[in-house]
Amino acid sequence: MNVHPTTAGMLLAGVLFVLGLISILVRRDIIFMLLSVEIMLNAAGLAFVVASSHWGTADGQVMFMFILAMAAAEVSVGLALILQLYHQLKTLDSDEASKMNG
Amino acid sequence: MDPAFYIAAAIAILSTLMVITRYNIMHALLYLVVSLLAVAVVLYMYGAPFMAALEVIVYAGAIMVLLIFFVMMLNLGKESAERERGWLKPRIWIFPSLLCIILLGELVFLVLQNRQPVSDVIIVNPKDVGMALFGPYIIAVELTGILLMAGIVGAYHLGRQKQKTLHRFLENTEV
Repeated sequence: MNVHPTTAGMLLAGVLFVLGLISILVRRDIIFMLLSVEIMLNAAGLAFVVASSHWGTADGQVMFMFILAMAAAEVSVGLALILQLYHQLKTLDSDEASKMNG
Repeated sequence: MDPAFYIAAAIAILSTLMVITRYNIMHALLYLVVSLLAVAVVLYMYGAPFMAALEVIVYAGAIMVLLIFFVMMLNLGKESAERERGWLKPRIWIFPSLLCIILLGELVFLVLQNRQPVSDVIIVNPKDVGMALFGPYIIAVELTGILLMAGIVGAYHLGRQKQKTLHRFLENTEV
């Protein structure tokens, strides 16, 4: 089986992205949902780098660095939000947060 | 592709599968670190060694350690794993998984349709990345700086405690 490298990399990125999507759909623990977003962001970055190596330009790798910085900012704000949620509700169940009462 | 790519890809997919099926959050985090390291190997094979180093340092090194310390700070233990086990019954996860697998099959079919002559992987050296980053993408670099600043301020504001709180096991007994 001789698969083109770009095809193989894109398939790997697609599989990882779908795994993250499944996880964010079926999980209810809010930290697991944050982890799933990380998996999906990582898969998107992998797709960018594969495309960059396909076309021989640096644009995809630049986008990967932006995705990296955005993931770091997202994790810090997300963890602070989870901390607030945990202090208010004493649980990490994301369904508990669906009731907005002041 | 050479077998090294398939081995790294298999490790990445397997460890990601283990991440999304664990009940214990710490086990899931450790498997996710393995998955990120495997993806770093794949990035190295695609001619992006600098990105592979960044993946190990920033993703597996900084972000995952932040998550691990956060989980250790919350002190989630056995009851969290038990609750997660109660939620993850097959009749809950089988239908969304099926829909996502169908979407993945469609994606695989569409990607495999495109038959092109085989060309080797083109290596983009980090110098080109730096020139592009601080040449045409300089406005995006500044916007990323603003985003990180907003992240710091937001995390500080949200993480600030209103009043002194004791540990959750002591709250009901000693106040």
